[in-house]
Amino acid sequence: MAANQKQYVIFQIENDEYGADINKVTIIERMLNITRVPKTPPYIKGVINLRGDIIPVMDLRTRFFLPEREADDNTRIIIIDISGISYGIIVDSVVEVLQFEESSIESVSGFTSNVSLDYISGVAKSGERLITLLNLEKLVSEFTNV
Amino acid sequence: MDISQYLNIFVEESKEHLQDLNTSLLELEKDPGNISILNEIFRVAHTLKGMAGTMGYTKMSNLTHKMEDVLDGLRNSRIQVSSDVVDVLFKCLDALESYVGIVSTTGNEGEEDYSEIVEFLSEILDKSKGTKGTDNKENKTFTEDKNNHLKLELNEYDKNVIENAFGQSLNVYQIYVELDQKCLLKAARAFIIFQILEKNSDIIKSVPPVNDIEDEKFDYYFTVIVISKYDKEFFTKELNSVSEVRKVEITEITRNHLGNIRHAPDTDVKRSEEKETKHVMKDSSQKSAEKKLSSKTVRVDIERLDVLMNLVSELIIIKTRLDGLISDNGDRECAQTIESLERVTTSLHDAVMKVRMVPVETVFNRFPRMVRDISRELGKDIELHMSGVETELDRTVIDEIGDPLIHILRNSADHGIEKPEERISRGKDKTGNIWLRAYQAGNNVIIEVDDDGAGIDIDKVRRKILEKGLESEEIINGLTDEEIIQYLFMPNFSTSDKITDLSGRGVGLDVVKTKIEALGGNVELISKRGQGSKTIIRLPLTLAIIQALLVMVGTEKYAIPLNSIREIYNLNPQDIKFVRNQEVTVLRDTVIPIIRLHDVLDIEREPDGNKKSLTCVIVKKGEKLSGLIVDSLINQQEIVIKSLGKLLSGIRCIAGATILGDGNVALILDVNSIV
Repeated sequence: MAANQKQYVIFQIENDEYGADINKVTIIERMLNITRVPKTPPYIKGVINLRGDIIPVMDLRTRFFLPEREADDNTRIIIIDISGISYGIIVDSVVEVLQFEESSIESVSGFTSNVSLDYISGVAKSGERLITLLNLEKLVSEFTNV
Repeated sequence: MDISQYLNIFVEESKEHLQDLNTSLLELEKDPGNISILNEIFRVAHTLKGMAGTMGYTKMSNLTHKMEDVLDGLRNSRIQVSSDVVDVLFKCLDALESYVGIVSTTGNEGEEDYSEIVEFLSEILDKSKGTKGTDNKENKTFTEDKNNHLKLELNEYDKNVIENAFGQSLNVYQIYVELDQKCLLKAARAFIIFQILEKNSDIIKSVPPVNDIEDEKFDYYFTVIVISKYDKEFFTKELNSVSEVRKVEITEITRNHLGNIRHAPDTDVKRSEEKETKHVMKDSSQKSAEKKLSSKTVRVDIERLDVLMNLVSELIIIKTRLDGLISDNGDRECAQTIESLERVTTSLHDAVMKVRMVPVETVFNRFPRMVRDISRELGKDIELHMSGVETELDRTVIDEIGDPLIHILRNSADHGIEKPEERISRGKDKTGNIWLRAYQAGNNVIIEVDDDGAGIDIDKVRRKILEKGLESEEIINGLTDEEIIQYLFMPNFSTSDKITDLSGRGVGLDVVKTKIEALGGNVELISKRGQGSKTIIRLPLTLAIIQALLVMVGTEKYAIPLNSIREIYNLNPQDIKFVRNQEVTVLRDTVIPIIRLHDVLDIEREPDGNKKSLTCVIVKKGEKLSGLIVDSLINQQEIVIKSLGKLLSGIRCIAGATILGDGNVALILDVNSIV
């Protein structure tokens, strides 16, 4: 892979496609039992037991102000790790892994979407598809004071 | 006689002896001719018989008595050591273990009298009565042929005593007494004879032993050796004058006899001599070399250790809370002080944890027997090699790790190791090997179960996944072998075509995984087709463990540290009053505030309505008491505290999380921040 190529795990929420930097993705799991944790923001669904570790899990639908939906066979939890901090994000389905030239990733100023601009690190195109690339650090900045 | 105070000692010591018995029987199987092992086993059985007798456990005592008889026959070669005999002895061992188990829970030995096993033992004894044993002088004790002189076994002790007697110019006689076959009360007759003998001499030996004679466990003759100042004629006259005595044969024992009379292994010896021989044997097996040098030690009640452990664990929870609060605050000096506190608490925790460490040997030592039994059951030849048995693990982990290991070992034996013919046809040694290793690596203890069997059939697993409809074919083909193996850990997954007693139900591996994760560790399975499989269990050395009460609030489970709990109280809703807008109740003249956990945890609750009582957990914070209302109590158990992670550690009211036995997470309440 050339130095200025970046790989992203592409997943779907509602009808939109998003990408997560593959370097920060640890593993993709099927839906697991989530234990609710009180006194947390509504988009934190709770914690899961991932092979002995307790990992908090975020519902991206709620995070992006979309209506909640029952999990089905396609629902996945993507475990993210940013500098030692782990958390999971619940997505409708995981599609594939795509590679983008860094130069072809566009910045977001001037964009409108239902996702707060803070969480978007850029937008990439794949043929006709528009992939919103997420800023995984900002997603949990409320907790980490980033 | 009130023996209940001795129950604990009885159970503890019996367990130790039974463990010795177990090890010795295994050794005996490998080395059937070894007299010293037989003697060791005999000694243990004898001790157990005495212990059981003292405690009044007649069934246990009867069983051990029969065992003794058989063992006696074995070491005198009247009975040959065969695998059947060893099997029966193992069955006796199992029966004894079960007796001890019942004793430890109920105080009695229970109702089982294991008549089958006693039958087997009797059969073996009966068969032996036909044989005369070897002609070898060294091994024979006495012949059953009553016409010859009965020459008794004399051990070193006896000989010394006799030598002494000679030194004092006393007479030593071997007296053989035969009672009338029609004699009804043999024991009473014998008693009279013994009285006469005791009045006029010292009895230094009796065959059968005095106890057996008192219990009437002898045919109609017995032999004693006595030392007396009286002479042969005196005794002949005295004894013959007792009615129902048919024959008295007195042989004077002289120095010549001491040379002739065969050596016999020590049976009834002074305790110190017994210990000496034990030590000698242990040295020769190099056990003493491996035992740690005894340093000064203190015996500590397990309960006291638990109290210490709980206090330290609570300290850690409080420190974690403090940590969260201070970092919000931002005060530098506070932060530094907290760091120092953290260092000290961690060291304290480590020190206390070390006290709870137990070598894995205590769990591993039952495996050789288990593997032996399984291999016989399956018709396979399997040898278990263990190493690192001195590696230490926390006491709670030790308690929990046994079952998962049994399951993994059974898997290796059942699915892994092939039958001898198959192994040979594959160019392997007909004996299958399982290696069980324990060692410390960094902050973890690793336990490996390695076998040189057939390995996991990955394709079979792929097919099973397809069959069960878990994944589509494309995805299955895209998965690596390692990822395929992960499916074996799913509930109800088994590639076995048939279910055996041992495995194949597909229940085991997922339970193994859950249990090990609940202990804070993980499991890995590696396999090479045709070569074998290896299971690696990683367990953390340091665990934060506390005793907790699990409760239901709504549909959610929460854990309340036991240390914070004063008592549980069934509160009548009518007794809840209001003081300045706060719900309170009066408990034995004290007013305590009531806190509804539903409200604290944002859980919907039903109104009290007509409920007769509410479950109220009275907790204490320093001197202050409060009552927490929950929906119901689940149980009390030790839990491993896991951190919620950096993201959620600042949450009020929640001190951490724990993984329950079913793999789900339960949150631990921070009582101090709730009240």
